[in-house]
Amino acid sequence: MTKHRFSQHALSEWMKDDGPESEIVISSRVRVARNLRHQPFPLLATDQQSKDVMDQLTEVSQSGKLQSMGSFETIILSDLSELDKRVLVEKHLISPNLANESQCGAVILSDNESVSIMINEEDHLRIQCLYPGFQIQEAWTLASGIDDIFEEAADYAFDEKRGYLTTCPTNVGTGIRASVMMHLPALVLTSQINRILSAVTQVGLAVRGLYGEGSEALGNLFQVSNQITLGQSENEIIDNLYSVARQIIEHEKAARKRLMQESRLRTEDRVKRSYGILSYASIMDSKESAQRLSDVRLGADLGILTNVTPQMLNELLVMTQPGFLQQTFDEKMSPEQRDFRRAELIRKQLRGEKGHGGASI
Amino acid sequence: MYCQECGKKPATLHFTKIVNGEKTEFHICESCAREKGEGIPGAPNSFSIHSLLSGLLDFEHMGSSGVGGAAKQPVLRCEDCGLTYTQFSKIGRFGCSSCYQAFADKLDPLLKRVHSSTIHSGKIPKRSGGQIQCKREIEQLRRDLQAKIEHEDFESAAELRDRIRELERKIADL
Ligand SMILES: [Zn+2]
Ligand SMILES: [Zn+2]
Repeated sequence: MTKHRFSQHALSEWMKDDGPESEIVISSRVRVARNLRHQPFPLLATDQQSKDVMDQLTEVSQSGKLQSMGSFETIILSDLSELDKRVLVEKHLISPNLANESQCGAVILSDNESVSIMINEEDHLRIQCLYPGFQIQEAWTLASGIDDIFEEAADYAFDEKRGYLTTCPTNVGTGIRASVMMHLPALVLTSQINRILSAVTQVGLAVRGLYGEGSEALGNLFQVSNQITLGQSENEIIDNLYSVARQIIEHEKAARKRLMQESRLRTEDRVKRSYGILSYASIMDSKESAQRLSDVRLGADLGILTNVTPQMLNELLVMTQPGFLQQTFDEKMSPEQRDFRRAELIRKQLRGEKGHGGASI
Repeated sequence: MYCQECGKKPATLHFTKIVNGEKTEFHICESCAREKGEGIPGAPNSFSIHSLLSGLLDFEHMGSSGVGGAAKQPVLRCEDCGLTYTQFSKIGRFGCSSCYQAFADKLDPLLKRVHSSTIHSGKIPKRSGGQIQCKREIEQLRRDLQAKIEHEDFESAAELRDRIRELERKIADL
């Protein structure tokens, strides 16, 4: 049995609000990497050194210094079950690296789960702020404020020439990784996605699919992030990401309009077909569910389906992950059993709560 | 163009997977796409930034020591954490903040390739970076001062000069 609030609810409190452009941008995230000057990086730290780092950094929260930023809970990774860790990863609150490989790892989590501060990940300190919709500037402002509080209590490894020093040379300088998670089904359906994404990589940004490094874009969800951390200021990095993401949003909107003008029936059929399958299927693997949920989300955004909310779909996205399924049904499952349970959960969510399962068609 | 899966129908689904700049293109027909779900057939395994980095670094290492020259070179090592440059080349990570000093001579080409730059121009820590912040502000004020003088706005120039002096005193006290 778990005692942690974060594993009870798939949808973090912060995800319940609609952000700007929430039809296309699911969330905005900023992560800032920092290290302490007089400690070796986690990679080479001894157990005792890692423990000292953890004590020093968790103290900042436990002594109430973060109070102005909300209320926080400190969670020591070694106190968690494997399942709890997995759920945290599936909710994007901690990285797989912190869950599986850290020594004296900890996470300081805000009540609404929009702030997660990882300790002894690849760097001593990683501050992550998540906002719903397109609010990348807001995420940076919050992360920077939390950074200032930690800086008062800790001597950062900072060099006048190289900036904030990090374990990996790809993070040095600002230590910032800003990203937006975008749902781009119309660009995929109209075969424009490859052209647009390759243009994106040419302006110093990276694109990856949801859930896991290097995985394909499951459910038409793409994460666009800055690649460069040195030589540009944080504001330049944020502005660049913002303006590129803004352009992608406009392309996606235009493509959606075109879909509705040029192949309305085909689009409606695709959406309703997926809605029907999700509402009645008995077996649903993760890949199919991601794709069908993408269709249904598009249908909701286009007004084809009126009884499905983005929140329901965001929730399903997390709930249908393996760890969360196991947590919900409180049992060990084979992949096949997971596919039964996933189908059951989706049916409940789509038909159980609202009306009698009829899409308003 | 024909479908790369069945080779029979024209390819209508074009998809490029891009991970950290590495592109793989897929061209398949609709029925193959449907059959495979939305999975992209033949997608290669994930590509890690660290393996790319260590590739760059290895190259760096070979270039500087030359063929067969490695043995004669003294071992470049960070005194604080003990990490050698050769180890750093393999894992693509630093061991501690002093590594940046220890390997300083070799870092510029690497950082230039990764970031197209070698010098930080972002945020500075408030407490420990007070002096750096003052220096940057003084540089900016000097540029402003120059501009005011060129425009013969001597009143503003005098104000800027006073501000610069004030900051210089502050640095001396820090
Ligand atoms: Zn085919
Ligand atoms: Zn070192």
